Amino acid sequence: MIMDAFTTHTGTALPLRRSNVDTDQIIPAVYLKRVTKTGFEDGLFAAWRNDPNFVLNLPRYTGATILIAGPDFGTGSSREHAVWALQNYGFRVVIGSRFGDIFRSNSGKAGLLIAVVHQKIIEELWDLVEEHPAAPITVDLVERQITAEGFHTEFEIDDYTRWRLIEGLDDIGLTLRHVDHIDAFERNRAAYKPKTLPAKVASSS
Amino acid sequence: MGKTLSEKVWDDHVVRTAEGEPDLLFIDLHLIHEVTSPQAFDGLRQAGRQVRRPDLTLATEDHNTPTLNIDRPIADPVSRTQVETLRNNAREFGIRIHSLGDLDQGIVHIIGPQLGLTQPGLTVVCGDSHTSTHGAFGAIAFGIGTSEVEHVLATQTLPQAMPKTMAVNVNGELPVGVTAKDIVLALIAKVGTGGGQGYIVEYRGSTIEALSIEGRMTICNMSIEWGAKAGMIAPDETTFAYIKSRPHAPEGADWDAALAYWRTLRTDPDATFDAEVDLDAAQLTPFVTWGTNPGQGVPLGAEVPDPEIFAEESDRTAATKALEYMALKPGQKMRDIHVDTVFLGSCTNGRIEDLRAAAGVIRGHHVAESVRMLVVPGSARVRLQAESEGLDVIFKDAGAEWRAAGCSMCLGMNPDQLSPGERAASTSNRNFEGRQGKGGRTHLVSPLVAAATAVTGTLSSPADLSGTR
Repeated sequence: MIMDAFTTHTGTALPLRRSNVDTDQIIPAVYLKRVTKTGFEDGLFAAWRNDPNFVLNLPRYTGATILIAGPDFGTGSSREHAVWALQNYGFRVVIGSRFGDIFRSNSGKAGLLIAVVHQKIIEELWDLVEEHPAAPITVDLVERQITAEGFHTEFEIDDYTRWRLIEGLDDIGLTLRHVDHIDAFERNRAAYKPKTLPAKVASSS
Repeated sequence: MGKTLSEKVWDDHVVRTAEGEPDLLFIDLHLIHEVTSPQAFDGLRQAGRQVRRPDLTLATEDHNTPTLNIDRPIADPVSRTQVETLRNNAREFGIRIHSLGDLDQGIVHIIGPQLGLTQPGLTVVCGDSHTSTHGAFGAIAFGIGTSEVEHVLATQTLPQAMPKTMAVNVNGELPVGVTAKDIVLALIAKVGTGGGQGYIVEYRGSTIEALSIEGRMTICNMSIEWGAKAGMIAPDETTFAYIKSRPHAPEGADWDAALAYWRTLRTDPDATFDAEVDLDAAQLTPFVTWGTNPGQGVPLGAEVPDPEIFAEESDRTAATKALEYMALKPGQKMRDIHVDTVFLGSCTNGRIEDLRAAAGVIRGHHVAESVRMLVVPGSARVRLQAESEGLDVIFKDAGAEWRAAGCSMCLGMNPDQLSPGERAASTSNRNFEGRQGKGGRTHLVSPLVAAATAVTGTLSSPADLSGTR
């Protein structure tokens, strides 16, 4: 998939004060039946959206593009729909202290920036945003910095994902540059390794 | 210095390595289902790409499929479209598919091993986090997202940074009534849901070696529930015997060559792990969850914990929220908790051994009047095998529902769901809020506890039925 390049983003933020928000909470399975990558915003945090006090329903956070998440965000199911739901809703960045591995990887592929900071910084950001919901926050991927008025911190992201996001590179295209390596590997692969074709099945006793 | 099991398998799959880049890994087996693949096939079409290795790819239908009336079209039109999309994609790209009604249809993680396609030393991926199941054979197996599904379809490789290594050492003899499920639930309660993040885990020790391949799959299946990239177990005679008679087992000289390689797949004595965790199997008892993540568990004989006992503030908040959602009070005895539904099945505990174990408990008893019990074999073949052994009759005589194969009530995507407020004892893998249906409440349990609970109507072990507790 070809992505838009990501260098820096400025927007308002939304504080999600919960830990262990698994991908079933980000988008329940019943919303995963679509065969497209769009239209998943309705399913975002669906189980909590009925509560008028849920942070996504508070008018002061309308239009937020940066999600400030609690520890262990995006654990559980591998559904990339969780990333699409966040993006479809309008989020460009998730800042948190710990993430599920598959969610983080999916985000990197789909162009949602995952910025990792210490949980102490998350607490500071939560306080800041709750006090000043309209405060613009800038997430600079090139410099790996998060800045707001009176606030500055650095964040972690692995070098390779950062480079791919900044360049907006298509992952498959990158791999296909090395197709000769794949060809060579396949030539040396052991003959006893299983193949799904031709299909073999047990006798239907 | 020697290598660990995971390092050996990893190194054997590196297609290309370069400074500052992840390794490019070759993928031996790519499993596909209807939920996480449609957008990947669309991506291939948009870019004008083909599936590089249809002969290393296998598709099945499991998440959306109903477990009743499987001879009729799927009633939910959106589910039906998703399943039909998979069928069309399989046809267009030349991929083998086992569709609903086919003898080899079933949960993707049950049918790979059953067909003999899951073998030691492979790399196995699927757009499903419970792909870790296949690690029970000594494979590196992990779940991927849809972008990665597209990447594997197009290139048969994945760029991956090498995870750290961890050993989970489980030693000692399991007490009667304690199963692989109890081992892994106790482990997750000990290390937490994030304890394995960034690691490939090797489960080892005398207890693991004594487990059947089914039990090993149960443990590896739940590796993702404590955040691990993958879980593995070194292959041994138990593994080889399981594969030997399977349709896709190597034959003749290929078998000998494969076996010679498989025997090298053990962690070297002088290899070291980046982290180690020890568990004493002899101290374990049946384990059940009280909360809304798989780490929130206690022994069946214990009580619902007070959130105040947790050291971390985030754990206290999570426990308070979980108790509110689960409608439980601190100090309540786990054994006093009434359930409405018992679900026996899933890629965690939907294999023939699980059905046999539960049938052994329920035989001669009846499901409590207030309880509905769903028994859902993990695959069509598991269902047939169980029927040939008369297990279906035991379950039906006890008042349980005997269903067709699929993911069923594990994930709230097909008609098998909990209603709001309904409480279940479930042999599946996730007790997340709403996982089994919006507002549903889940207690994760072993097949033995599931069967005993169905009889008494409250969380119970088989010993509670015979009065030998």
